[in-house]
Amino acid sequence: MSATKPRDDRRAAWWFLAPVLVGFAVFYGYPAARGVWYSVTDYNMLTTASYVGTENYAKLFADAKFWNSMLVTAWYVVLNIGSQTLLALGVASLMHRLTRSVVLRATLLLPWLVPNVTIGLLWMWLLDTNLGFVNQLLHTFGLGPVGFFTDETWAMPTVAGINTWAYTGYTALLLYAGMLQIPQYLYEGAAIDGAGEWRMFRGITLPLLRPVLALVLVVSMIGSFQIFDTIAVTTKGGPVSATQVIYYFIYQQAFKYFHMGYAAAAAICLALILGVLTAIQMRMLRASRSDLA
Amino acid sequence: MNRRSRAGAALLSLAVVAGLAACSTAEEEPGAAVTLDYWLWDDNQKASYQQCADAFHTANPNITIKISQAAWTDYWQNLTTQIAAGDAPDVWTNQGSYYPQFVSSGQILDIQPFVDADKVDLSQYQGGLADLFTKDGQRFGLPKDWDTMALVYNTEHLKAQGIDAAGLANLTWNPTDGGTFEQAIAKATVDEKGRNGLDPAFDKTKVKVFGFLPEWADGSQGQNGWGNLAASNGFTYLDKNPWGTQYKYDDPKLAQTIDWFKSLSAKGYAPALDKASTLSRDSLLNAGKGAITFAGSWMINSYLGEGAKLKFAFAPLPAGPQGRKTAINGLSDAIWSGTKHKDESWQWVKFLGSADCQNIVGGNGVVFPAIKSASEKALAAHTGKGRDVKVFVDEAAAPGGTFFVPITENGNEVSQIVQDAIQSAILGQTDSASALKKANDQVNALFK
Repeated sequence: MSATKPRDDRRAAWWFLAPVLVGFAVFYGYPAARGVWYSVTDYNMLTTASYVGTENYAKLFADAKFWNSMLVTAWYVVLNIGSQTLLALGVASLMHRLTRSVVLRATLLLPWLVPNVTIGLLWMWLLDTNLGFVNQLLHTFGLGPVGFFTDETWAMPTVAGINTWAYTGYTALLLYAGMLQIPQYLYEGAAIDGAGEWRMFRGITLPLLRPVLALVLVVSMIGSFQIFDTIAVTTKGGPVSATQVIYYFIYQQAFKYFHMGYAAAAAICLALILGVLTAIQMRMLRASRSDLA
Repeated sequence: MNRRSRAGAALLSLAVVAGLAACSTAEEEPGAAVTLDYWLWDDNQKASYQQCADAFHTANPNITIKISQAAWTDYWQNLTTQIAAGDAPDVWTNQGSYYPQFVSSGQILDIQPFVDADKVDLSQYQGGLADLFTKDGQRFGLPKDWDTMALVYNTEHLKAQGIDAAGLANLTWNPTDGGTFEQAIAKATVDEKGRNGLDPAFDKTKVKVFGFLPEWADGSQGQNGWGNLAASNGFTYLDKNPWGTQYKYDDPKLAQTIDWFKSLSAKGYAPALDKASTLSRDSLLNAGKGAITFAGSWMINSYLGEGAKLKFAFAPLPAGPQGRKTAINGLSDAIWSGTKHKDESWQWVKFLGSADCQNIVGGNGVVFPAIKSASEKALAAHTGKGRDVKVFVDEAAAPGGTFFVPITENGNEVSQIVQDAIQSAILGQTDSASALKKANDQVNALFK
């Protein structure tokens, strides 16, 4: 032991990394490379792919449906991330400052544990115009009926609301974990100085939560851009194309029309946009540095 | 320990490889027992076709049929993926809007030579069905069944509203005032105070039961509604069917029809699209929220079967300015061009298209088989269960009373474009004529 110098662990490290690296290469790297290749081909799965250069991209940029789906997705992300983050922040601070009941925390996670398709079906029945419970309730107050999924103005807020309902608990839990990192003495000191809860929230919780908040925002925003299942179950992109989000557009092109090349091009555009948005967010929120250090 | 487990693993993998090898050699061997893969999507029909497969196996002991069933959307995705992977089923069930892409990519075997050699009698099928699956002298399948449309109504409700069941057999329709069809719909509509749609005091903002339930997610064909009425108003979808390349959605006769549907909602006789339910029309009918709608013959068992909560009956479609027209659609069985067992597959397809199999299917009363005599069997099976479904068969047999839904390339894109255009017209974003004109230009651009 004393004679030998510290062992070089680098070779062993590769063995430990190998499972992840292989998995990444096989399940992410290779398909992504294939995707890039398909995006410059004309491919319908039934005949061999033929190289068409940038034609798919040129067609995509001129496609009003593509831009509409981008716009619709952005509207969804604003509605969903806005409401979800605000609600989750509120719930997390309540858990942090008011109660630390484990039962309550577990309950918050319940909607997140239900499969998305089930959530979609559940709300589809609850919110149905003719047979739904919610519209019956509105009716007793002399309101409605509201076509939650069939009215163009309501369809997207409805879908966003459903997903906010499903994910708020999970997001709140992440933020709550971040809040636990904040030293208790800061709150004690502030309380002695006579600061109220709202002042403490703005002066202590928010600034010190920033790196966690940034991470949660980035992750949930990427997730939000990928909205698909709720729409596939409830509105199927309708009415007209009021809820035709980008993922649904890609799905339709790929698996309904079998325009694999075109769909791949759209998917690559989406990946690029998400990359840029993530970089901007990380930068703006200085996510890699904490004020606690 | 370590060494032994390693040896065990090696043995195991050897066994796996040997097993794989055994499988592949068994398949290649000529003259030996053959297993054919056969795909369909309708779980209601699986049992009937299993009976066919058993009968076929008894007659041809060296051929076994393995039936796989997958739900509608999965079915086409699975099929396309399997074809791309070079491992498609030997025989599969085809439908009008999906099959053209398999024909144009050369995935379906031309069975005309087999049909000629075995002298298959094509006149035994319901008129025109066999021609749907031909292109330029080639044949891509034999017809297996057909469906037509009728009106379905809530019998108790209509009786309570004083609408005579016999009168429903002779309804007329026109796009201007809706004819006696609209009168019946108005009478069947009831507001919360119990007044019907013809009452001057009728409150269209508080409707309890809608006289008519329209279907707006109906693709490019309007099989479940507007297509039938537009056809009875003199509208034709395209220059020739199947394999037309010039659609005619800008025909004013179609726009008139859509406008009439729109007027039903405006009068409160039908739910407006933005206030419509996302649930299917049969669940709304079962909940007593609507009185009349269109129904395909594939819905017979839903409306007249044990699952129905209320009593329903069928009536013929209303006769329009050009008479009564119902959409007729048919399915076929096709052979994959890459199959290793062409002759055996043809034997199976021939059997599926023969009276031997179609009588079995007809006798179960699930669908109407393509062979006329087998259809009679299906009708008899329904009558035996006390279900009056004669109207579907009568409409199919009426001279000039049917039209085929379009079969062309780009079927799915056309479907989405036209459906969106009609929905935007119904929602009032644009007027019907200009929405349909624009959609027609987009649709026809797909064929350039």
